Amino acid sequence: MPASISVLPVPVAEVADTVQAEALTKRFAGITAVDRLRFRVRPAEIFGLVGPDGAGKTTTLRMLAGVLPPDGGSASVAGCDVVREAELLKTRISYMPQRFGLYEDLTVEENIRFYADLFGTDRRTREERAGRLLAASGMSEFRRRLAGQLSGGMKQKLGLTCALIHTPHVLLLDEPTTGVDPVSRRDFWRILYSLVDEGVTVVISTSYLDEAERCHRLALLRSGRLLLCDTPASLKGRMRGEVVVATSPRPREVRDALAGAPGVLGSLLVGAGVHLNVDDAARIPELEGALAAAGVPCDSILRVEPTMEDVFVSVVGEAEGAGG
Amino acid sequence: MSAAAGSGASVVVDQLVKRFGAFTAVDGVSFRVDPGEIMGFLGPNGAGKSTIIRMLCGLLRPTSGRALVAGLDVAREPEAVRHHIGYMSQRFSLYADLTVLENLRFFGGLYGVEGREFDARSSWALEMAGLLDRRSTLTSELASGWKQRLALGCAVLHRPPILFLDEPTSGVDPIARRAFWELIQQMAATGVTVFVSTHYMDEAEYCHRLALIHRGRLVGLGAPEELRHHALRGALLELECEPVGLALDALQSAPGVFDAAVFGSRLHVVVASAEGACAELPAYLGAHGVRCTRIRTIEPSLEDVFVHQLGARAPQQKGAQ
Repeated sequence: MPASISVLPVPVAEVADTVQAEALTKRFAGITAVDRLRFRVRPAEIFGLVGPDGAGKTTTLRMLAGVLPPDGGSASVAGCDVVREAELLKTRISYMPQRFGLYEDLTVEENIRFYADLFGTDRRTREERAGRLLAASGMSEFRRRLAGQLSGGMKQKLGLTCALIHTPHVLLLDEPTTGVDPVSRRDFWRILYSLVDEGVTVVISTSYLDEAERCHRLALLRSGRLLLCDTPASLKGRMRGEVVVATSPRPREVRDALAGAPGVLGSLLVGAGVHLNVDDAARIPELEGALAAAGVPCDSILRVEPTMEDVFVSVVGEAEGAGG
Repeated sequence: MSAAAGSGASVVVDQLVKRFGAFTAVDGVSFRVDPGEIMGFLGPNGAGKSTIIRMLCGLLRPTSGRALVAGLDVAREPEAVRHHIGYMSQRFSLYADLTVLENLRFFGGLYGVEGREFDARSSWALEMAGLLDRRSTLTSELASGWKQRLALGCAVLHRPPILFLDEPTSGVDPIARRAFWELIQQMAATGVTVFVSTHYMDEAEYCHRLALIHRGRLVGLGAPEELRHHALRGALLELECEPVGLALDALQSAPGVFDAAVFGSRLHVVVASAEGACAELPAYLGAHGVRCTRIRTIEPSLEDVFVHQLGARAPQQKGAQ
């Protein structure tokens, strides 16, 4: 069963606006790392900041955590302005940077005790929360192991345990699953969902577009700018056209034969198939006909749900007028 | 499979074992890879993936068993093996404080690519990476997509028939990532064998075949489509229902349900039979106070396959759900 973690009730006044970013901007030496970002996060929601390296994810999270002052715009988190009320803010949030400060020469248990002391968590609460979090992440048997001897995935789960040893209203996580294997990644998400059940709001960054689908809502970012912000399902609905997959023993020939066909907006070789972005999946019989006419073998052409990467590429393509 | 059967294959691994003291990191792994194949290695951290790759690169001597790379025995001719392979990792391959051309020259020196051959290969690499105008730019100033194509250029400067890629496109812009995989597939089409080690399921999708490694053993091998269709016991359903938490609790003891997990605002449920579950689950959930608004069969993702395969072998890990 998911760990249930008790959290201080969030005052009603703060419920409407857990995180608000308004024209949030940060520049570093002539580069605009975050460019007039505007989004809102609802209470008890998992909100994703999703995009490749250099999209501005880390800079945004650092501003939301009150550790980096914005150059323009404003943000409030858990009812606190990130500039004017940065100290109060720090009592209401937990921020887990990419390299969370674990002490490698302390054991799992000693690291937890260190953070509990830092946050002023009493012993009973610490024992109870640490027990549940370690059990939920499958780490109960490693309490005495040195943090330096844990695998990457276990280090991240220990980091999360330390970050959650006090009771935050908002949890800010910077790429917690980078380099973490899928099994540990699932444990990690299971804990996040159980936190949301208890009323915690989570803002998480990731460069893994497939992971974005686990968020309730997400902001797609590129070069410091917001491309789109919505639920995964709605984002997919905004994709230009549809995606069909043609399976063939000779996928390259399929792609070449359909390259200029009417309604084909783009193509991508993936394993033994070709992913085609078409204006309408109703063209499938037409595409099959074109392949037959060209003498290219094809086992099937089926409509599939677009991936978040398909959406990203489509949106960027439209913005740059590439596929025109 | 005997090693002799591997003539024509570019990599043959036969009962490969590596022990470190009492710990068996690689435990009797066998497979073969044909020229032009893109082979993916998946597995949790510590599963033995990188130990296998280090043996195939001639960097680590097998305890027992045999591995042939480009026809060369990795235990007997490790030096020669290293001249037949290229290695690239997105994170560690390049020197940030060298220019583009200096990086190429460094790797050229390393692989013994000199004179006219270097000129030809470095021109090819610059063009392939789209860096013809930036040969004097510091590598640290390049965007990630460029860096990664430069790293690829450096790794294949000596025209290796076998290429090892370690999470090559992690964190790279999706548009640059697609361009990168297009290059890899072109290389494969000319006969280069490509190994990809990754945690990233979007990268795994590009492979022709995938090897799933767990606790030093090969626990799955096949094309992504085959794994998707055969690896999962039962079928995968996606449920939209309210409240999700209550539904998750109720499904733990529902008949015919193997596993249930939250996925965004929906649930992913592994069931014995899709038909049976679609007919019975809405009523079952209704009796537990859950309103089910949508239920449909979905294709398992490679991550579903991966987690399910490993879960079946490590029951203690399921305790958390």
